[in-house]
Amino acid sequence: MGRREAVRRKEGASVSRTGLRDQYNAWVQHHRLSAADSLLRVLDHPGSSLLTWLVIGIALALPVGLNVALDNVNQVTAAWDSPAQISLFLQDEVSVDRAKQLEVELGARKDVSETRFISREQALDEFRTLSGFADVLASLDENPLPDLILVTPAATLDGPAVSALRVELQGNSDVAEAVLDMEWLQRLNSLMELSRRLVWAVGAMLVIGVLLILGNTIRLAIESRRDEIVIVKLVGGSNSFVRRPFLYTGLWYGVGGGVLAALVVSAALWFLEEPIGELALLYESAFHLSGLGVMGALNLVILGGLLGLAGAWLAVSRHLVHIEPR
Amino acid sequence: MITFDRVSKRYAEGHDALREISVHINRDELVFLTGHSGAGKSTLLRLIMLMDRPSRGQVTIDGQNLAAVRSRGIPQHRRNIGVVFQNHQLLFDRSVFDNVALPLVIAGYDHREVGRRVRAALDKVGLLNRERAMPITLSGGEQQRVGIARAVVGKPKILLADEPTGNLDPALSAEIMDLFEEFNQVGVTVLIASHDLVLISRLHHRIITLRQGSMVSGSAS
Repeated sequence: MGRREAVRRKEGASVSRTGLRDQYNAWVQHHRLSAADSLLRVLDHPGSSLLTWLVIGIALALPVGLNVALDNVNQVTAAWDSPAQISLFLQDEVSVDRAKQLEVELGARKDVSETRFISREQALDEFRTLSGFADVLASLDENPLPDLILVTPAATLDGPAVSALRVELQGNSDVAEAVLDMEWLQRLNSLMELSRRLVWAVGAMLVIGVLLILGNTIRLAIESRRDEIVIVKLVGGSNSFVRRPFLYTGLWYGVGGGVLAALVVSAALWFLEEPIGELALLYESAFHLSGLGVMGALNLVILGGLLGLAGAWLAVSRHLVHIEPR
Repeated sequence: MITFDRVSKRYAEGHDALREISVHINRDELVFLTGHSGAGKSTLLRLIMLMDRPSRGQVTIDGQNLAAVRSRGIPQHRRNIGVVFQNHQLLFDRSVFDNVALPLVIAGYDHREVGRRVRAALDKVGLLNRERAMPITLSGGEQQRVGIARAVVGKPKILLADEPTGNLDPALSAEIMDLFEEFNQVGVTVLIASHDLVLISRLHHRIITLRQGSMVSGSAS
């Protein structure tokens, strides 16, 4: 037995487990290998990979692009937060002279940039020509419309200051009612809020779509490597070892999709920049289209990567456990 | 090293693959497992590999009762056993070197150590000069040797083989058996399922014969 026993001892010693440090290094190395191998496999089929990237890219670009557009609209409406006009409806007994005097008085105020007096006769004429109720109006015994002064607040005033101005003008004894034309702005704001929510809803659905597409792509990748998975499990590969390359595949698809989404959004903005610049010029506005920015693009790529990982995880946890050596 | 204690395996469809098998295989032993197809040879190997669990009885490998090995522990258990298959089970999109290296990469060996051990294993089976070749370019006998190199590269204490010479001519089969004997001589417990009675009866090792799931001979060494 002597010689054989000695030989076995020697063999037994080399069977002993590798050290923790070696294990860690090997783990890092397998991550590196899986990442590189998965990337090569993705690049090995440029046609189908590009298709997957495009699907993910467009699905991500849609909500992100809409969001950028909404941000830009927000930027425009922020400039309109101080509403344009306060309408002062005067008391019936106020004379035209007194009204014109009031117009000049108000016009002299620092917090008012412009005033315009519209007499009840003018208003009636205007109404007659615009409304098409000329016959009805002619049958009235007296003019039902009040005199009106339109007050444009100074551009330096913010929303609350304009409201305060309205309250102050309301207090004037010649004024029957002071109305701030804010309603359309509130409508616009609620419309914007609605759009934003719609964008979120669409975004959420598209994200789910991306997850399913990725899950399916990874499922196909798993199916095509079924034999390999069986062999790896037979020689002692753990589930995480088998899972790793597929997670990386998902990551690469997601990252590629994110990059494409950033490109699509940037291209769309570039395409719109010139006409919007011209439009802004016509409105004498300094409005400038703001894009994704470097951070936005980076976030998009990271989001894509995370979605890729999540989709791959979905597929792997559903399908990999069913592949066992038979 | 390998102990079966009154092990039975009944499949869901009611077919008894193994009935009351009790057998002990010592360290250093080379044992043949024979019987007609369907006699339970593969099932017995599958129980050792934990590809299946017995319906009754206990399997003990190297002092470890397999009933205590949970599914998370199966990969670790399999790393201690080398397996050779009749159909080789090679990865055809990877080189001979990468195929043999697979168990070491899985077990987390340093890449220099992997290179050293893979070359040692390939040298042992006489394929050192083919390490860069793709398996598809090799003959059946050579593919089987790659499978053997992969089974022994992790220096397992136990080597299992399921019909390792099934598709080989007698001369190649004898060479393959010589290889198994060599591994056995350095202390590896070897269990070979084969129905090639002519070949195995020449080799003077214990032969366990199964018939319809029951053991008919070879229970004691």
